Amino acid sequence: MLERLISYLDYPFVRYALIVGVLIALCSSLLGVTLVLKRFSFIGDGLSHVAFGAMAVAAVAGLTNDMLIVMPVTVISAVLLLRTGSNAKIKGDAAVAMISVGALAIGYLLMNMFSKSSNVSGDVCSTLFGSTSILTLSELEVWLCIILSVVVVFAFIFFYNKIFSVTFDENFARATGTNTGFYNLLIAVIIAVIIVLAMNLVGSLLISALIIFPALSAMRVFKSFKSVTICSAVISVICAAFGIVLSIITPKGMPVGSTIVVVDIAVFAVFWLIGVIKERAS
Amino acid sequence: MAQLSCQNLTLGYEGKQILSGLSFDVNSGDYLCIVGENGSGKSTLMKTVLGLKKPMKGKVVFGDGLASNEIGYLPQQTVVQRDFPASVNEIVISGNQGRCGLRPFYNKQEKQLAYDNMERLGISDLKNRCYRELSGGQQQRVLLARALCATQKMLLLDEPVAGLDPKVTSEMYNLIDSLNKRDKITVIMISHDIEAAVKYASHILHIGNDIFFGTKNQYVNSRFGRERGMI
Repeated sequence: MLERLISYLDYPFVRYALIVGVLIALCSSLLGVTLVLKRFSFIGDGLSHVAFGAMAVAAVAGLTNDMLIVMPVTVISAVLLLRTGSNAKIKGDAAVAMISVGALAIGYLLMNMFSKSSNVSGDVCSTLFGSTSILTLSELEVWLCIILSVVVVFAFIFFYNKIFSVTFDENFARATGTNTGFYNLLIAVIIAVIIVLAMNLVGSLLISALIIFPALSAMRVFKSFKSVTICSAVISVICAAFGIVLSIITPKGMPVGSTIVVVDIAVFAVFWLIGVIKERAS
Repeated sequence: MAQLSCQNLTLGYEGKQILSGLSFDVNSGDYLCIVGENGSGKSTLMKTVLGLKKPMKGKVVFGDGLASNEIGYLPQQTVVQRDFPASVNEIVISGNQGRCGLRPFYNKQEKQLAYDNMERLGISDLKNRCYRELSGGQQQRVLLARALCATQKMLLLDEPVAGLDPKVTSEMYNLIDSLNKRDKITVIMISHDIEAAVKYASHILHIGNDIFFGTKNQYVNSRFGRERGMI
């Protein structure tokens, strides 16, 4: 088994998949804690569907590099969704649901009406579930992913204390002079970037899992914001690496995205159990 | 000059006016209680003073060396906080955030200040405990310690004893009283509890259909005091 794994590592596409997968998992877990606590667990779903819709538009318009449309559209939607927050007419969860299904419907409609591809349902399926695109990354895409991940991680470390304040008590932070509007904007932009990156890995239906499972697992066991954040990053990276390896070495071709999510679910179950036992013990 | 002066405020939301012609001053060392029925605009007034909301008319002026971001605020607990995984130390030190500007991490003085404030409120032994596992009274002390990290001058407390049992309530009142008398911190408190307001406060602001602002004695001798049989 191990020998076969090492022999696989000679292929660049396997190395690329591992690098990109681990980086995306790391980034997506960082803000998971904040999103879960702000009751925005589903924002990953909403935004990835927006990205799906934007991809369809890009495909119909015949753009070769769809990032040019997908990234800005997703960032703008993220900003709008997180801004409406607490005092909007349409509440956060409803707004996310609305944008999410709306974009999904429009995207699918456009793809069916205008697509030149012969296998529309195959295209749709791979955008939704990520299927194989992680294994067909070009070197340029890998570098793009590395750079964006480094930026996201550094932004998170640099603004860590501010993100904590804004998440824990936005009113207090604002009253004592923290520019909460800016940090909410920053969180929204980072989330949008992560989601567009993560679409390659797990596809747009499963992104939420990548964002929330590590955070929820860590929150079962750990008690401080710092330990929860570190733990969820570690869980996420290990699960992603394990999931990718598992899907490559199994002969029956397990899809990468869903394998990672299943590993995440298993880890959540273990942490939940540990949490229960710990509570009983004290 | 007064530390805080509200001049002819009109408050409301979504174009609906709930309170108008409100003027009062708060001087250094005062202990002001804001009382009034539910929906009379207490929370809106507090948000306006904190600068979270713009008044429809009138203005809020700070003086006597107090800047608008030097008010320590003890909010009512939110749903988010109830299951937030954070240690006591992380929460208390976040009171310093307003001073940090773009600096990413807290410096030595700020860490010391957080520790001193935990000592002052008797929660330093809870330093590494998880906030959501504390009792209601302990949680209020944590948030009060955080507010003290943000200011040495003025505290705004939004129903600080809501949901606490009688014993913890009176401990909380005594604690606030000693911060006011001993440490000379100006206190503005929203309260439902008129008896406690009359017992501890130096000034009382009653809002609602009738507005009253004056010292405690004026309040007790006013129509409001007589209605409640305080004399």
